[in-house]
Amino acid sequence: MDARRLEMNRRTLLAMSSAMAASVLFPERMFAQEAPRRGGVFTVHFGAEQRQLNPSLQASTGVYIVGGKIQEPLVDLDAKGQPVGVLAESWEGSADGKTITFRLRRGVTWHDGKPFTAADVQFTAMEMWKKILNYGSTLQLFLTAVDTPDAHTAIFRYERPMPLALLLRALPDLGYVSPRHLYETGDIRQNPHNLAPVGTGPFRFVQYERGQHIIADRNPNYWRPNAPYLDRIVWRVVTDRAAAAAQLEAGQIHYSPFSGITISDMARLAKDKRFIVSTKGNEGNARTNTLEFNFRRKELSDVRVRRAIAHAINVPFFIENFLGDFARLGTGPIPSVSTDFYPSDNGPQYPYDKAKAAQLLDEAGFKVGAGGIRFSVRLLPAPWGEDVSLWATFVQQALSEVGIRVEIVRNDGAGFLKQVYADHAFDLATGWHQYRNDPAVSTTVWYRSGQPPGAPWTNQWGWTDPTIDKIIDDAATELDPVRRKALYAAFVQRANSELPIWTPIEQLFVTTITAKARNHSNTPRWGSSTWHDLWLAE
Amino acid sequence: MRILALAGRRLAASLPTLLLILVGVFLLLQFAPGDTVDAMMAQMGGGDAATARQLRRFYGLDLSVPAQLGNYLWRLVRLDLGFSSIYGKPVATVIAERLPATILLMTAALSFAFFFGLVLGVVAARGVGRWPDTLISTLGLVFYATPSFWFGLMAIVVFSIYLQWLPAGGLEDITTAGTGIWRTIDIARHLVLPTLTLGLIFLAIYLRIMRASMLEVLNLDFVRTARSKGLDETRVVVRHVLRNALLPMVTLIGLQAGTMLGGSVVVESVFSLPGLGRLAYESVIQRDLNTLLGIVFVSALLVIAVNFVVDLVYARLDPRITTGT
Repeated sequence: MDARRLEMNRRTLLAMSSAMAASVLFPERMFAQEAPRRGGVFTVHFGAEQRQLNPSLQASTGVYIVGGKIQEPLVDLDAKGQPVGVLAESWEGSADGKTITFRLRRGVTWHDGKPFTAADVQFTAMEMWKKILNYGSTLQLFLTAVDTPDAHTAIFRYERPMPLALLLRALPDLGYVSPRHLYETGDIRQNPHNLAPVGTGPFRFVQYERGQHIIADRNPNYWRPNAPYLDRIVWRVVTDRAAAAAQLEAGQIHYSPFSGITISDMARLAKDKRFIVSTKGNEGNARTNTLEFNFRRKELSDVRVRRAIAHAINVPFFIENFLGDFARLGTGPIPSVSTDFYPSDNGPQYPYDKAKAAQLLDEAGFKVGAGGIRFSVRLLPAPWGEDVSLWATFVQQALSEVGIRVEIVRNDGAGFLKQVYADHAFDLATGWHQYRNDPAVSTTVWYRSGQPPGAPWTNQWGWTDPTIDKIIDDAATELDPVRRKALYAAFVQRANSELPIWTPIEQLFVTTITAKARNHSNTPRWGSSTWHDLWLAE
Repeated sequence: MRILALAGRRLAASLPTLLLILVGVFLLLQFAPGDTVDAMMAQMGGGDAATARQLRRFYGLDLSVPAQLGNYLWRLVRLDLGFSSIYGKPVATVIAERLPATILLMTAALSFAFFFGLVLGVVAARGVGRWPDTLISTLGLVFYATPSFWFGLMAIVVFSIYLQWLPAGGLEDITTAGTGIWRTIDIARHLVLPTLTLGLIFLAIYLRIMRASMLEVLNLDFVRTARSKGLDETRVVVRHVLRNALLPMVTLIGLQAGTMLGGSVVVESVFSLPGLGRLAYESVIQRDLNTLLGIVFVSALLVIAVNFVVDLVYARLDPRITTGT
């Protein structure tokens, strides 16, 4: 290896990565003068088929990419990342934080012609968000009732104060509304409309051929005037990443969302004028790569060992050589794209320093033994994304240099979740932490103690910290935005100093889309949004 | 009547095998860590423990393993393949939806491989040691040694991206819905590359087998007799040699019909075809036991059926092999 590159000056690198970030964030030419063209079929790469397509019942990008065009949420995020009404027109919270009132849009109809009313919101909130929707059930834990004084007002009543800002940041993902009249009888989970969704969105469901494609056509009665522009959207099921890249090149696919093709194909197509490859439009789907420590291993329960492991790994080198422009150095559990919560002080960081790592390990009492080995650990990489797999191998090599022998144990998705989060059969684990615009949605559960075993992506490390528990609980019901931000800054600092998990890399998903597409990637969760203004140039 | 008796005997002998296969697959999947709810959580990106408990009850996973196996076998006796947890519909329907594409691809690939394997094998055997033989044998070796996913991707690069003659994937073009003959032509166009990719490897095997078995038969006494009778070479080859040389080919087809059904995961993935291979792979990843066992069951039935047909063909080709013994 090139020693000069390895020992690269941190400042040079930071400057470089921010320059890279800028080029990634604003790669597009301006199309201000063009008049939108009506018509056309937009084809989308659909990599992983889901068990259902209703976003009121399952919060995941794999569902939003389809269901998000057919059904709509109460609020979405605008270009600046601020909440903007979709099915709700306005909202207000009471002073005690226990009542939040939504005024709903009038004149909206479901695809089957029935009117959209507050009864739909009430039913969806109480029966779906609170009872079935993943993350929704946690968010709405203290929701006691939704009152509907008239057909266009929904009043959410909470047992404990609910910060309005938290609800508004969570609802773009966890606030999709389903039609009450089609769901109120029978088992919701087995409702046939879960695979043939009926919504209020700009596209209406037409057909789903499992293993092949999904089709949705333009909704002529859509409530936004003159929208949508496209005639049809076709999602093509392509499970092989290399094949998806080939179909992009052959013109059979227009858009591959959420890093759906390989890193090398992204780099190749980024140089091709026919495509735009960018992280823009994915700011609402930030994730950090993790290194999760099992405190049941006595070596790893020592904070000096955890810090030593972080110091032993040259993260900038890994990012530069394996992930390229699409990743940056992680600073903590709240990623830098979170303008509302990213703290000015992230607490202790762990720059690459092998000598310091060795010194910390010595101090902790784990001296170099026979064969240059201090101790051995099992590392379980999650099977999502090639970056996790590459990172696991990199960690293995880096740690061997400071005398920690790493055995990599690979599993598929089900096996990984079971072994790490239910059986705790790991020493180190690595995967992704998904940040969902507010730390209370899916971030603090990684740190709060008392998570039942088997709940994936939660604190299963055998680590309990009353300090961080108190910060998390206080922040979850804090109504003042400034104090809430300060509490989350304290949370990040505590997390980085105790280091139950390490978040070395920050990434946004990468979009690969045809250069003919207009009005794309214009909101922070564009892949999941309704695409009412998307159009295709000739 | 004798055929029926043979069929009955064959079926009776297959039943224990089928049971063993099903129980084996069931138990193997129990050893894999995680269940279908874990797989679902992985797909959803998280969920709380109460939801997971509810889902386990919903999918009947709260029962003990013997009880689950017992339930499954009892349903199978009543010809009920159960309910697919990933597809939310009966397994029989899920499989029936995937069968046409699989059978279409398999039949096309096998016919292609069989026909060209036969012709090339005969040509190579006739010109043994000379340039046609060397050329064909080398090509065969190249086809056999190339991994099919690479072949598939290269075919896409050349024919779909560079030349733009053929589509890069899928079963049909849904953006321009055609009907009748146009739809048939469209599907045929989509199947050209997958058929070639899947067929080339089998072609290589068939041509080697055909060449060897031709050479063997060409040296037998009755061929010399035929030649000394004054028959011309074409007649000797077609009427006397070919028929006898075909036996090993037919055996091979019988064996490979089975492997081809399960073995096309790679080709189906590369060309985005909705076949049984991909379905089986997905059911393993998603721990959808009912669907996987259903596929194993149907595949086993198909293999048994194909082998039965092969036995009948043997008897046609070589009257010395009778259906009676």
